[in-house]
Amino acid sequence: MSASAQNQAVQTGRITRTFIYVFLLVASLFYLLPFFIMLVNSLKPLSEITGGNMMALPQTWTIEAWGAAWSTAQVGVEPTGLRPYFWNSIKMVVPAVVISTVLGALNGYVLTKWRFRYDTILFGLMLFSCFIPFQIVLIPMARILGMLGISGTTTGLILVHVVYGIGFSTLYFRNYYAAFPTELVRAAQIDGAGFFQIFRRIMLPSSGPIIVVCVIWQFTNIWNDFLFGASFASGSGAPMTVALNNLVQSSTGVKEYNVHFAGAILAALPTLLVYIVAGRFFVRGLMAGSVKG
Amino acid sequence: MAQASDVDFKTKLQHWIPKVVLSPSLFLVLLFVYGFILFTVYLSFTDSRILPSYGWVGFENYSKLWRLSHWTTSLTNLGIYAFLYITICTGLGLGLAIFLDQKIRGEGILRPIYLYPMALSFIVTGTAWKWFLDPGIGLEHTMHLWGWESFKFDWIKNRDYAIYTVVIAAVWQTSGFVMAMFLAGLRGIDSEIMKAAQIDGASNWNLYRRIVIPLLRPAFLSAFVILSHLAIKSYDLVIALTGGGPGRATELPATFMYSYTFTRNQMGIGASSAVIMLMTIAAIMIPYLYAELKEKK
Repeated sequence: MSASAQNQAVQTGRITRTFIYVFLLVASLFYLLPFFIMLVNSLKPLSEITGGNMMALPQTWTIEAWGAAWSTAQVGVEPTGLRPYFWNSIKMVVPAVVISTVLGALNGYVLTKWRFRYDTILFGLMLFSCFIPFQIVLIPMARILGMLGISGTTTGLILVHVVYGIGFSTLYFRNYYAAFPTELVRAAQIDGAGFFQIFRRIMLPSSGPIIVVCVIWQFTNIWNDFLFGASFASGSGAPMTVALNNLVQSSTGVKEYNVHFAGAILAALPTLLVYIVAGRFFVRGLMAGSVKG
Repeated sequence: MAQASDVDFKTKLQHWIPKVVLSPSLFLVLLFVYGFILFTVYLSFTDSRILPSYGWVGFENYSKLWRLSHWTTSLTNLGIYAFLYITICTGLGLGLAIFLDQKIRGEGILRPIYLYPMALSFIVTGTAWKWFLDPGIGLEHTMHLWGWESFKFDWIKNRDYAIYTVVIAAVWQTSGFVMAMFLAGLRGIDSEIMKAAQIDGASNWNLYRRIVIPLLRPAFLSAFVILSHLAIKSYDLVIALTGGGPGRATELPATFMYSYTFTRNQMGIGASSAVIMLMTIAAIMIPYLYAELKEKK
């Protein structure tokens, strides 16, 4: 038995291999099952769910629950469906992602190519802010948003997400730019290029991969946030996650499970789409950015 | 002369621009993170109830906090939850990564299947699992319909077991991410080392136990740090899955803080619980970040 010339050269017997495949397949069932059940049951009429088997495929396929979840279900007081909250989330996510990414790119550029005394300490302060339990800032944040007159609004949430997103976006760009040849920057400087010129002409054109990673990361985190949404915008300004929770937890009337599931999938759809389209970059970037394995 | 001073001005400007560019972010972080932390720490020493108030009470909130059974329950729950969550995620993640690394056919399909839950919101995860675990309509009901009448799985309604359902859902959400971290670590190992060990006649088991797993130490450390801070911050999942119940069976410090601060109007106590959460995370994160940053220099 000669070890194969490829990267990993572990030889495994037939029985071991079978075991490995079985294990991997069972694991994939574990990960797929909850989502599969949600999807299947969102396509059933309610009577089939309460009276039937959750694993069974629908006898009558219907997208009624999806329509209800989107536009007529009772969320909070009004029977508006999740639609307005979905747009709230979009209006919150897009500016927050753009602003935090731009700031992160500039910070990363400064912290790697224009180093000055104590810059590592400043970066450390920013980095630690990624990991704080947000409970520690809830009370003063509520006060400040109230003082600025933007509590309960999308603007308020954008501010919150930008502030607590800076740490991660700076981390990504700093780690990425650290590997970028500083000689190029110095050469451009000698040629008389200024700070922003170098950033625009030299750094930005090669930042594609890290921009993708940063945008995906911020998008998923901000879209999926619940704590800030629930604390600072619980009314008609609430984001999707909060609205979904209100829909699912509402205690009045019959529990319309199929509508809950359709709603849950609607809430998951944007991040899932992003993940399916660009997931590969996401993982690769996570590995390079936040974890040096 | 004029030219020289012009150049001088330009270089000076160039010298300042980077700091000016950095300053808005720095200002935001210093105010909204560190300023707010100081404010919350201050509040934890005051008699704040429904609104912040500035009557100094010393450590009274902390001594009250530790006498509350509600708080000690949520700490015990966090202990159980964090221990199982970290252990199972690490074990499962490592297992999946090692198996996926055996030149598996269909790796490109399996990997995204393990990973996709991390793209979901904890509220979505909670909604799905809440229903799946509900004995009246989910797994137990299905097993009964399939003829296994004696099957019983009512953990989510059971005070003694509900916390384990939070573990199940949380593991489902994050273990794929841990798998990806270990997989990246495995792919980074020099294949020469593996070959040398094999030529020396090491069995697969020994190869992994003695050589590969020790080499994965950085990945273990990162996984531990990330999982532990996620565990301490866990809030949404509990809200969506169990709402802290039945009773207080799944209360965690994060839910405790929220309910004491915003619904029970005990802001001083809420603030002190937040301070303790922060100190716990800081005890894990600061040494880790310090080592990471020092290494990079």
